[in-house]
Amino acid sequence: MRDRIAAPATLLLVLGGALLLAALNLGTSPGSALHVPTYVVSLFGKYLCFAILALAVDLVWGFAGILSLGHAAFFALGGYAMGMYLMLQIAGRGQYGAVLPDFMVFLNWKSLPWYWYGFGQFPFAVVMAMLVPGLLALVFGWLAFRSRVTGVYLSIITQALTYALLLAFFRNDMGFGGNNGLTDFKEILGAPLSSDNTRVGLLLITAALLCALYLLARNLTRSRFGKVLIAVRDSESRTRFLGYRPESYKLVVWTLSAVMAGLGGALYVPQVGIINPGEFAPAGSIEAVIWVAVGGRGTLHGAILGAVLVNLAKTYFTGQLPELWLFALGGLFIAVTLFLPRGLMGLMPQARAPKPVDLSEEAPIPKEATP
Amino acid sequence: MLAPGEMRAVIGPNGAGKTTMMDVITGKTRPDTGRVVYAADTDLTRLDEPAIVSLGIGRKFQKPTVFEPHTVWDNLLLALAGDRRPWFTLGARQSDAEQARVDEILGTIRLREHRHRRAGDLSHGQKQWLEIGMLLAQDPRLLLVDEPVAGMTDAETAQTAELLREINRTRSVVVVEHDMAFVRALDVKVTVLHEGSVLSEGTIDHVSEDPRVIEVYLGR
Repeated sequence: MRDRIAAPATLLLVLGGALLLAALNLGTSPGSALHVPTYVVSLFGKYLCFAILALAVDLVWGFAGILSLGHAAFFALGGYAMGMYLMLQIAGRGQYGAVLPDFMVFLNWKSLPWYWYGFGQFPFAVVMAMLVPGLLALVFGWLAFRSRVTGVYLSIITQALTYALLLAFFRNDMGFGGNNGLTDFKEILGAPLSSDNTRVGLLLITAALLCALYLLARNLTRSRFGKVLIAVRDSESRTRFLGYRPESYKLVVWTLSAVMAGLGGALYVPQVGIINPGEFAPAGSIEAVIWVAVGGRGTLHGAILGAVLVNLAKTYFTGQLPELWLFALGGLFIAVTLFLPRGLMGLMPQARAPKPVDLSEEAPIPKEATP
Repeated sequence: MLAPGEMRAVIGPNGAGKTTMMDVITGKTRPDTGRVVYAADTDLTRLDEPAIVSLGIGRKFQKPTVFEPHTVWDNLLLALAGDRRPWFTLGARQSDAEQARVDEILGTIRLREHRHRRAGDLSHGQKQWLEIGMLLAQDPRLLLVDEPVAGMTDAETAQTAELLREINRTRSVVVVEHDMAFVRALDVKVTVLHEGSVLSEGTIDHVSEDPRVIEVYLGR
């Protein structure tokens, strides 16, 4: 019952909400009471990018039992790919008026490093925003899942992964702008990033992509593949004794999830106007897990709802009561874990409840008898 | 030394190595020395679990482990023999043959009217049967069954013995069991393990009269 209305309701809320914001921004005069200022449009665009990240986290955590505490790394890598494209669009209009990005001039570099080649082309940057996180996830997952690293150990390694990237991107000679990252973007595909139309367009594209990825994830988890995935989540070794290779299933969904996160990051950067190594901070990945837990793990739409609601709260708190935000976030996580193990979605009436799943652990390995 | 189509019961005191034997056969544990030969020429100690399953060896654990969030039907569907690679399952639709096979197994394990229930909501005995059904769905040539009647009522135990005999008509079965009444009901050749080695082998009457068996196990 509930399941049948969940998908249409999600699509309606996301698309309808985005269209409404668009209409209220472009269709009303700035003095009108109904007018939505452009910064709010971009704020919601940012939330929807976070929702894409949350969706990616839910796909691996909710359905395959892989608790990733490093998913923001994939998000940030996608963001950097887009940032590199936007950076090269500035050419000639930076502080130094050089063809090279300002930070490279500052470093006394004479030409673009080889890994910046191609990023002047938008399609190339978009492909890279998917390919780089995807490849990293593929290699990382292949090593980790093949060695049967699961549970807390895997979570710790993902955390280490994002931290290692954080440190690497902080270095100036990496060629990604170091501490300051990439910023001062002017335009995307020729459209000025400061214009209302571009901002609204980005919001609508983000909403559409979120919906498409949601439908993809939903179909995936309801297919036979998804059923095997849930089996792996609940009892990996039992699945193995049925003849499935859990590592292959995890690798597929893990890589796909990283690609999704990368796309989210690519749309995030033009809307917030900056990407810097801070996006790799471990806390960011942990926040993403909290969004999913708040919304309801293993539901997909719950992840979207959680991401938007928690970030709305974050915007409010960091504006009004900045010193309280981290306490609120921590308290929220504890409260959800204790009182709402299935998140906000657990509050909805439903016919057949999925079994609540332990937040921190893999399903126990079936114990054999000691005769 | 199990003949094709045979059913064998394995008994032995705690720590005799019954479950370890199953672990070694199914690839869960790798032995330090020795080989496990299957179908005359395959050394199982070199393979991992899914590879061994694909050779036709199925295992039922003592504690029933079914996939609780899935329905009884889906549990059987996942266990059905067939392509198990992600690229296949991503686009798989239920074929008529699969539906017929699942339905047939539901009949064998007497769970037809429960097919749409969540496996997690079944009783203990029903879960045991579902798990046996999942093994049947795998269509193995050899079935390893670890203490199938632990925690079952007498009626369920009798039905299980009948079920295993039915399965044995087309496949080889190895049963590890403590319940002597159940082993007697199966009426098959019995192997007694003790400290990792075979202590005695023969009919249930033969082994229960063996003085060494009585000493370590039966005559406590």
